[in-house]
Amino acid sequence: MDYKIVTKDLNAYFGEVHSVKGVGIRIPKNAITAVIGPSGCGKSTLIRCMNRMHEVVRGARVTGKVLLDNRDIYSSQMDPVLVRTKVGMVFQKPNPFPTMSIYDNVVAGLRLNGERDWKKLDSAVERSLKLAALWDEVKNQLDASGVGISGGQQQRLCIARALAVEPEVLLLDEPCSALDPIATAKIEDLLFDLKDKYTIVIVTHNMQQAARVADFTAFMYLGELIEFDVTKKMFEHPEKELTEKYITGRFG
Amino acid sequence: MNRYQYRRTKNALASCLALACVILALIPLVYILAEVVMKGAPALSWQFLTNRTTGTGEPGEGIGNAIVGTLLLVFYAALIGLPIGILTGVYVSEYGNNKFGTTVRFFNDVLANFPSIVVGLLAYALVVSYLNVGFSLIAGSVALAIIMIPIVANTTEEALRMVPNSLREGALALGVPRWKTVLKVILVNGRAGVVTGALLGIARISGETAPLLLTAFYSNYWSLSPTEPVASLPLTIFRYYSSPSQVLLQQAWGAALVLILMVLALNISVRFLMWSRTGRSKAVRKTWIIRLSRKT
Amino acid sequence: MAVATLSLVLVWLLVLRMVFDAQQSIARFGPGFLTGGIWDTNRDVYGALPFIFGTLLTTGIAVLIGVPLSIGIATYLSELAPPWLRSPLSFVLELLAAVPSVIYGLWAMYALRPVMVKSVEPFLHSILGWTPFFEGDSVGLDKFVAGIILAIMIIPTITSVSKEAMKAVPDSQREAALSLGATRYETTSMAVLSYARSGIFGACILGLGRAVGETMAVTMTIGNSNRISWSLLDPGQTMASLIANNWGEAQGLQLSALIEMGLVLFVIALIVNAFARLMVGRFMKRIPSTGGGL
Repeated sequence: MDYKIVTKDLNAYFGEVHSVKGVGIRIPKNAITAVIGPSGCGKSTLIRCMNRMHEVVRGARVTGKVLLDNRDIYSSQMDPVLVRTKVGMVFQKPNPFPTMSIYDNVVAGLRLNGERDWKKLDSAVERSLKLAALWDEVKNQLDASGVGISGGQQQRLCIARALAVEPEVLLLDEPCSALDPIATAKIEDLLFDLKDKYTIVIVTHNMQQAARVADFTAFMYLGELIEFDVTKKMFEHPEKELTEKYITGRFG
Repeated sequence: MNRYQYRRTKNALASCLALACVILALIPLVYILAEVVMKGAPALSWQFLTNRTTGTGEPGEGIGNAIVGTLLLVFYAALIGLPIGILTGVYVSEYGNNKFGTTVRFFNDVLANFPSIVVGLLAYALVVSYLNVGFSLIAGSVALAIIMIPIVANTTEEALRMVPNSLREGALALGVPRWKTVLKVILVNGRAGVVTGALLGIARISGETAPLLLTAFYSNYWSLSPTEPVASLPLTIFRYYSSPSQVLLQQAWGAALVLILMVLALNISVRFLMWSRTGRSKAVRKTWIIRLSRKT
Repeated sequence: MAVATLSLVLVWLLVLRMVFDAQQSIARFGPGFLTGGIWDTNRDVYGALPFIFGTLLTTGIAVLIGVPLSIGIATYLSELAPPWLRSPLSFVLELLAAVPSVIYGLWAMYALRPVMVKSVEPFLHSILGWTPFFEGDSVGLDKFVAGIILAIMIIPTITSVSKEAMKAVPDSQREAALSLGATRYETTSMAVLSYARSGIFGACILGLGRAVGETMAVTMTIGNSNRISWSLLDPGQTMASLIANNWGEAQGLQLSALIEMGLVLFVIALIVNAFARLMVGRFMKRIPSTGGGL
């Protein structure tokens, strides 16, 4: 099996607090991997290490290696800016740029890279919004403000924005926790369509979502990676007792 | 250079530019302080501080009456301004969650940044013109009080806002009348804010010149009377600054030094007060420039 | 509460009194006061135009120079400075605001002016002398120097409010930009400055208001000439400095005219400051909502 991201002895700290403890995880390529676990187990921190967003917080640091296609993204020659173009992220609360239109939001990343050809930009907008299952809803109001649409639509806009720069990996940090069930379903559907071209890692506190959406699942507890397996197998025959306890709801 | 390198260079340049702005802004500050100290220090002497001004450049004159004048002006201004400022601040914080309160707060903010010469005109209109007192100490104090009020009101209000509601509710639940609760709350928890406001206000008004030009005018004599013109430090500087006489010019620098020491001491002690109450340092945030976040 | 009402009422009453005192001048010149270009005590003719003009020019310079600097400083303080530096640096900048205006004037006269006369102004004259703004020679007491001092004085104001506006931008916005692969500068420009722009704009207007009303430093550097002149290297006069300069000996119609000038200044200051406060206030209220648009 091909692995897109491999971490080796990854540790993440917020000052003195040790959030991620010696995690070695392998994310399969072109598949959806879910990371589950109780609140505070470090799952968000883990994926934020994968696109070097963790270090943005004051006092945060990372040790260990994170290999993207066998190259360590934390090596001193690596510029975080380049890493983040390859590994995109969608956050828990939708955060479109309020001063920009829907169109401008989607192409924000492309414009950073100097793309000026409006034909290319137009096609990128259409492509990205279609991938994010938002095109039909907003194609006639691309000039509308990025925040003038519903929460679910905003989140899909953020997904489109992240996809427009054509990353190789898409990280989603509890993307549906602020959304209603219908919006959630729409997003889960589009993730299915995305995995052909992208490697997807989704953090979720909702086990049913993981069961529905993910090919593989990782279970974390108190900063450690407890178990990683094919989703079906993990939910039906978990190997670790802790995993079983969590899945059956006996804690967290 | 490809696009990526261009972006990196732009980033580095922008950071340097921002830092350059900071340094550029600090240069005048350092320069001014250095000049005032260097040119003002030679003027300092016991005589300088105790003799009165004559404006003639004769040896033996000093700025004693100007120092006293400034102290008097500030004293009377505080006498008028502190109570009004505190009361306004209390009102806005405790009772002012309505349209009227918002209006008061708004006017307060606008007034805080008002040109001081216009304030001088207002004081002139009241004391010198309408009450026909003429150029006088009290007119000057009124002008300074008007400048002081928004500052004190702001800091008072902020300090009171930070007091947790549970305190107020607890007192009310025990049947303590509203005004007593408010009093207790200020005395115990809002004290820091009031003191900060007072100090900031005093720092600000000690240096004001324009309003005094129109109201307190000037005097070469020792004067304690509220209805007579009075000397003041800033006006002394203004009078002497363009004088051809080296003696008077040096006196201007000396007065500047005394004034700046006063103002800096006050500002630093405010900061010190804030630091020593780190838990409540957010509560006593300095606002004499502008007051911002309003969440009514 | 009574106190608050009373003070408000009092202020308006004082304005009325000012109008009363100015009536002589108002009656004589009418609206022509604002457009009259002559201020002559000998002939007892007074017009405000030269001073409105002077105020506009000096304020213009102050804003032109002060705003970019302030935004740069605010950006540094809000986004770039190491955490241990932020507080002390902010404090030092506030000290810049604490220096009394008259001391700024004193310093400008004896420290800034020689530099201006010897190097800066001749330089500007040599490259920009063909424009009406930099014609003529100067002795260092002119609108340009006044403008520079004003710029220094309004920097703390604009910086402080802009910094607050920028700090109020939610981190999620910065994260959005960063996750797209934006550099620090790009993040600041795309996510922070855009978002905060109405607050920053309000800050600039506040600075403008401060510049309009600033008296002493301007009086001491502007050269006190009542003529209208486009050149920044020529002396001039602002509304505030006119009042400051002439108050002592003014009587009768002149005094009345000065008070009328004060009223004009009052109105302008009121409008500018109120507008600025509204802008900043509205921006601050909008922060918590992401769905509300800007």
